[in-house]
Amino acid sequence: MALELVREKLIDQNPLAIRGLTVSYAEKPAVFSVDVSYRAGQMTAIVGPNGAGKSTLLKAALGIVRPISGRVTAFGAPLDRARARIAYVPQRASVDWEFPARVIDVVMMGLYRDLGLLGRVRPHHRARAMQSLARVGMESFATRQIGQLSGGQQQRVFLARALAQGADLYLLDEPFAGVDAATERAIIGVLKGLRDDGKTVVAVHHDLATVPAYFDRAFLLNITAIAEGPVAEVMTEANLRAAYGGRLGPARQAV
Amino acid sequence: MTGAEFVMISLVPLVIGVLAAIACALPGNFLLLRRQALIGDAISHVVLPGIVVAFLLSGRVAAVPMMLGAGGAALVSVALIEAIRRLGRIEPGAAMGVVFTAMFAGGVLLLEQSAASGVHLDVQHALYGNLESLIWLDGHGWGALVDREALRGLPPELARMALVTLAVALFTGLLWRALVISTFDEGFARTLGLPVRALSLALVAVAAMAAVAAFDAVGSIIVIAMFICPPAAARLMTDRMGGQVAWSLGFATLSAVLGYVLAGYGPLWLGHQSAVSAAGMIATVSGLILALAALFGPRRRGVAAV
Repeated sequence: MALELVREKLIDQNPLAIRGLTVSYAEKPAVFSVDVSYRAGQMTAIVGPNGAGKSTLLKAALGIVRPISGRVTAFGAPLDRARARIAYVPQRASVDWEFPARVIDVVMMGLYRDLGLLGRVRPHHRARAMQSLARVGMESFATRQIGQLSGGQQQRVFLARALAQGADLYLLDEPFAGVDAATERAIIGVLKGLRDDGKTVVAVHHDLATVPAYFDRAFLLNITAIAEGPVAEVMTEANLRAAYGGRLGPARQAV
Repeated sequence: MTGAEFVMISLVPLVIGVLAAIACALPGNFLLLRRQALIGDAISHVVLPGIVVAFLLSGRVAAVPMMLGAGGAALVSVALIEAIRRLGRIEPGAAMGVVFTAMFAGGVLLLEQSAASGVHLDVQHALYGNLESLIWLDGHGWGALVDREALRGLPPELARMALVTLAVALFTGLLWRALVISTFDEGFARTLGLPVRALSLALVAVAAMAAVAAFDAVGSIIVIAMFICPPAAARLMTDRMGGQVAWSLGFATLSAVLGYVLAGYGPLWLGHQSAVSAAGMIATVSGLILALAALFGPRRRGVAAV
């Protein structure tokens, strides 16, 4: 009995479990010794001040940047064996939108794991990509060059690409940054739909005011982990002060 | 010019010119979109001393020693850049600039001081190759193309360039999807499990191979031009990756053919006695195509149909 308990503790079955993660740019730690598990079927916001390491934590968890130390498992397996179940939506500004591609070309990239290097694109692949576009309200833009889209439309295309992956865990880096109100509503609608289908959503979020309305749980981060749990329990005055320090000001009033 | 003269004098340089242009333009498309377009320039500078040393050691212009020399020079340059960056505490761009130009200058000095000058490798050769000298002595008319004996007399540069072009085309074709995804969005590519770093290294290695092979036949001027001009012009013609690559191959071929013909006959048409450098003219034509595309291309920034 005791042994079983130990074993269960060792292998975290959560969609994403991070243990002892430390990332450093130059000499300064960007993320220090973070332990956190994200629950299945929940929407979790990663919240913290600028420079708190929110994006870095996501990137390190996905192997995009190399951590100094730490262990990441997804669905109880090493990351590389769970890749097919994870979809990542990077920050919109991280790519060059002048790239010669149409909206549909970008969404089709989400099918890479099904298509492989040389697999033929079949009608059902194309249909899946179009369905994903329809879910974010962008189906009429399929043949538009991506550079002609507004910021909000670009963000929706990125979300559609993630939807096309058909993943169980969705990791989003600032999905609401610089988007119009209509896009924000559309995106949160899609994310809640995913959650209602039993998928797991984790998003870096910068607007403290909308955390309670949008998310089930919150993870407060400022280089080190401050708190993780249901939004009401995490977003307390004391925790926010610990994360934001003297910079809270207007953010606190918003909560 | 009769058919026999064309086959003997112009056919092989023309084909080699087209192959070299294509081999450089193909990886150039990806390098351009990755903001690494100058890597072709850098490679063609850095490898010069390596090629000269390989020539001095082996005593002949052959593919294998040249590739080894070029590869060795590339490794030395990487080590030098890192050393200068660390010891001098300066930014990587400046360290690269110093190393590339210094190694090219060293290569030129080495050429002049060595017995290499005047034999086959000389400074002119390094800059604009020896395209015009690649004549096919056994090519007596079109019939030679099916004459086994005559085919054996083809300049070895042709087979070498064809092989390299084929390798570059295979690399691009087989890894197309992975190259496009990792060029557009590296972070996303990594989450798909793509070996992003290896792909990026392979792309540079393939570009280096194309540069070294083309360098031998057509010199470094054309290498620099073909890595950048056809892909950049092609980007202004289309909004799709496949379209861009197709246009760039068309532009590369057009530059090579038009440049070769203009260099050979243009001066004569104008009443001059001698021809001008084919490599120089090919590079010039590719630049003119880019200028025209920048002025009239349908997909210039800001004019794309909304």
